[in-house]
Amino acid sequence: MSTVSWITARGLFGRRRFLMLLPLPLVLVALAVLCRSLGVDPGQWGPPVLVGLGLAVVLPVVALIVGTGVLGAEIDDGTVVHILTKPLPRWQIVLPKLAVAVGVSAATVAVPLYVAGVLADSVRLGLALAAASALGALAYSALFLALSLVTRRPVLLGLVYVLIWEGLLGNFVSGTKVLSIQQWVIALADRMAPTELLSTTVSVPVAGVLTALVSVGFTVLAIDRLRSFSVAGETS
Amino acid sequence: MTTISASPEAAAPTAAASTLDLAGVSRWYGNVVAVNDVTMRLGPGVTGLLGPNGAGKTTLLHMMAGFLAPSRGAVTLDGEPTWRNPGVYRRLGLVSEREAVHSFLTAYEFVLASAKLHRLPDPEAAARRAIALVEMADAQDRRIGTYSKGMRQRTRVAAALVHDPQVLLLDEPFNGMDPRQRLHMMQLLHRLGDAGRTILFSSHILEEVEQVSGTVQVMVAGRLAASGDFRTIRRLMTNRPHVFAVRSTDDRALAVALMAEVSVTGVELDRAGLTVRAGDYGAFTRALPKIALAHGIRVRQLTPEDESLESVFSYLVEA
Repeated sequence: MSTVSWITARGLFGRRRFLMLLPLPLVLVALAVLCRSLGVDPGQWGPPVLVGLGLAVVLPVVALIVGTGVLGAEIDDGTVVHILTKPLPRWQIVLPKLAVAVGVSAATVAVPLYVAGVLADSVRLGLALAAASALGALAYSALFLALSLVTRRPVLLGLVYVLIWEGLLGNFVSGTKVLSIQQWVIALADRMAPTELLSTTVSVPVAGVLTALVSVGFTVLAIDRLRSFSVAGETS
Repeated sequence: MTTISASPEAAAPTAAASTLDLAGVSRWYGNVVAVNDVTMRLGPGVTGLLGPNGAGKTTLLHMMAGFLAPSRGAVTLDGEPTWRNPGVYRRLGLVSEREAVHSFLTAYEFVLASAKLHRLPDPEAAARRAIALVEMADAQDRRIGTYSKGMRQRTRVAAALVHDPQVLLLDEPFNGMDPRQRLHMMQLLHRLGDAGRTILFSSHILEEVEQVSGTVQVMVAGRLAASGDFRTIRRLMTNRPHVFAVRSTDDRALAVALMAEVSVTGVELDRAGLTVRAGDYGAFTRALPKIALAHGIRVRQLTPEDESLESVFSYLVEA
C-alpha cells in the first residue's frame, strides 16, 4: 500500500463524516429484508428500492462523501500541503487517492446492493448490481475528486449534479439522461442480468463508453489541476 | 526608496549549496497587487523576511515554494522554476503558516510518512534523525493532536527537514511560541544556516528576529523595502525618531528647557500639551525627569506615540 493511500485511508476513517456512510446502506438492506419477509411482490418493491434508493441515492451520495473526502478534506484543512511538498509526479498522488475512493465507495455500496438484488430476484442480479455499481463508483469518484480541485464547494456542486441533473431534470428532459452516471449503471446492470426490475434509457455501448470516458477524463483533469495547485491567497 | 547596503553573505557557499532567485516577481489578484516587482537572491545562511501584516510575505513565500504562479517574473531554485515542478522539493522544504497536521498520526508516523513520500533509502533512520534534530524524540509516539502549539510546529519542521533539504522556507514559524520555544527554534535555524543551508523565515514581529545574525529582507505593501545586514537595520530602528506626547504643570517652560536637550529634535506646543520628537529613545526618557526636576516642573503624562509596526517599517523604507 502506498504511503499516499495509507494517509488517505487513515484520514478518511479518522474523520467523523465517515460515519455518515453507514446508515444509507443499512436502510437499503433493511428495506429489502422487510419487503421480502412480508412477502411483497418484487415487481412492486424492486424498482423503488434497488433503483430509487440504491442506485439513485446510496451510490452517488456515498461516492460524493468519499470522493470529496479523499482530497477535498485535505485541501480544506491545509494538510494537502504536506503531500504536495514532495517530489512526486502528481499522478502518483491522484491515482492512489482515486483508488482509495473507488475501493471504499464500491465496497460500501456493492455489498448492500448485492444483498438487495439477491432478495429481489437472483444471485445473478445481485452480482450484476454489485459490478455495475462498482463501475459507477469509479465514474462518480473520478468526477467528485476532480470537482474538489476545480471548485471550493465540491460537495455542493456534486449534490447539484446528483439531485438536480440526475434526479430532477432526468424526469422532464429525457436528453439529460444520456449524461447521467446513474442511467449508465442501470444499463450496465441490465446487460449483465436482464430483468424486468430495471428499465434502461441508454444503450449499453453508450453507457460503457461514457463511463470509461468520464472516469479517465476527470482523472486526467484532476492530475492536471493538481499540478497547478495554488494555495489560496490568504495573507496574515 | 533606497535600499540599505547589503552585507556579504554570512557563510561562504559550499559546493552543494542552493540559491533561490526571484527576478522581478509580481503577483496580483484582480486589481490588488500583493507582491510588486521583487528581486532577491537567497543564499546559504539565515534570512528573515520582515514586514507588517498584509505586506505580501506569505504570497511571496508561496511563490518561492511553488504553490502560486507569479503573475510576472520568475522564481527559480538553482535555475529551475519552482512552479509546476515537483522535482524542486528534493532540495526544498516548506513549513507553512497554517497549522495543518494530520492530528490522528503520531509525530513519528507523520515524519516517517514524509520520509517515505520522499522515497528516502532509509526512511526510519531519516525520521528518527529529523525528530532528534527538533528534540521531539520523547513525545514522538503520542498523537499530534495532543501536542502543544510549539511541539506541533517542531514536528512540522522535522517533517520538512526529513530529506535534509538545501533550502528551508518557514512562514511565521514563531507564531504562538513562548520565548523559550522561540529561542530554541532560532538556535535550530542558525545551526542549519551555519551548516550551509539556505533558511528563510517570515515574521511580522520585529522583536522575534532580534536573535538573527544573518540578513534581513523587509517588505512593505508588496514591495521589497530594504534588505541587508540585520545589525544595520536594527540600528536604524533603535535610532529612528520617536514621538512622545508630554503633559506637565508648565508646558511652555518645559518646551524651552527641552530644546536644550541634545536628544530632542523638535518640540510642538498646543493646547493638549507638548509633542516632542526625540532621536534617541533611551537618552530622551532618561533626560526628561532630570530636566523637569531642575526647572521645578511636574510631568503629568508621557506617552510614546506612533509606535505601530507600520510606522517603524515605513521609517525603514525612508531611511
